Amino acid sequence: MTWKQMFTSSVGKKLVMGFTGIFLVLFLIVHVGLNACIWAMDNGVMFNKAAHFMGANVVPRILEIGLFAGFFLHIIQGYMLEMQNRKARGTAYAVSYGNKGSKWYSRSMALLGTLLLLFLIFHIKHFWVPSRITGLEPMLIDGKEYHNLYGEMLVVFENPVIVAFYVISCISLAYHLAHGFQSAFRTIGINNPKYTTLLESVGYGFSIIVPLAFAMMPISMHLGWVN
Amino acid sequence: MEHTTINIKLKVWKQANTQSKGYFESYDVPGISTEMSFLEMFDVLNERLIAEGKEPIAFDHDCREGICGMCSMYINGKPHGPWEGTTTCQLHMRAFKDGDIIVVEPWRAAAFPVIKDLMVDRGAFDRIIQAGGYISVNTGNAVDGNALPIEKEKADNAFAAAACIGCGACVAACKNSSAMLFVSAKVSHLALLPQGAPERKQRVMNMIAQMDKEGFGACTNTGACEAACPKEISITNIARLNAEYLSASLTTA
Repeated sequence: MTWKQMFTSSVGKKLVMGFTGIFLVLFLIVHVGLNACIWAMDNGVMFNKAAHFMGANVVPRILEIGLFAGFFLHIIQGYMLEMQNRKARGTAYAVSYGNKGSKWYSRSMALLGTLLLLFLIFHIKHFWVPSRITGLEPMLIDGKEYHNLYGEMLVVFENPVIVAFYVISCISLAYHLAHGFQSAFRTIGINNPKYTTLLESVGYGFSIIVPLAFAMMPISMHLGWVN
Repeated sequence: MEHTTINIKLKVWKQANTQSKGYFESYDVPGISTEMSFLEMFDVLNERLIAEGKEPIAFDHDCREGICGMCSMYINGKPHGPWEGTTTCQLHMRAFKDGDIIVVEPWRAAAFPVIKDLMVDRGAFDRIIQAGGYISVNTGNAVDGNALPIEKEKADNAFAAAACIGCGACVAACKNSSAMLFVSAKVSHLALLPQGAPERKQRVMNMIAQMDKEGFGACTNTGACEAACPKEISITNIARLNAEYLSASLTTA
């Protein structure tokens, strides 16, 4: 089978979704870990240093290109699959099978993904663009200038509407992961029940803990729990 | 068990042929014994319609004991009706109460065009089987069953997958009208056994290619197929199919 045949088949397309999904899960671990530095109670010194490393070091910069590619593939392929899948039904049912056979969020991955895409656009505009392109206020740490990304977070999260939007997005992320985490591993072929049951439990844990940690960040910033 | 009769109301999909537009027609069906099967209830209604000079409702059926895979009614939002692990012919009227309104639709999938009323063309499944759901044994006598050692666990899993009767309830239940549970059952059944080994890679690639050609959707692992399957085929087979496909596509030219 040629690469083209493989990646244009329905299973091949799902393999792309699964592998990029797992890659994005790994990214979330790095992201949540680094962001947790805001709770170091040091006025953002540790966080700004960490953010500086991610922006200045060549390794995370190369990984960043991979990250954008991963997001791009996951989003485009996701929408293409959704369109293909919708076409496969033809006439709609009068009575829907609904929650009798499956969880609502497993059937709503495209909707949850769209909410996350919307979030991603605002999120990049809020932090990535100023930090990488348009520039930020400097902060002096040990006589050296750093971008004050921490200060930018405090400013952005003064607005309760933005905080609410971030929290809602984290809930979307939780449900997207609740299905996506274990589904990705099934899609790439993990079928030993010993592993699938483990991955299911880990997946539920991950999809609660990580989005909860993310949601606590704007809330902490808004309510002044960081100092 | 107490024998009772109930009066029900049916809302059935009527469609003259593949091209024409369908619609729901309501029927009052009084005096139905709760001991009747769902299809016998349709027989009673059809006998009456014929006696009244009206057109009976077309539906698929054959063995009426849950093994042929012909019956295919989507009843009150679930393929094969409310019971677990049964086909429409095994569903009995005691599953319903007096005065119930029962909505009956055909399988809905672009790959399963409606032939008439509740009958759909499931030829797509036949073509998927023709693409690779077989083993080639070109010569010789039947081999003694005990001559080929097979692990008990593998034999059991292969047998469980082989229980698939190809009714298409998985396609009907899936939000994507995906045929992955059917294809995965057929691929798993043969991939787990030594007899399936020679054509193992070609089989999975050809069956998936045919599945895509027929216009079925992709798998989202929602589990609706497994929940609707009258033979309780496990969704684990889909993960096995994915592994088979990944390995075959990476190791063939």
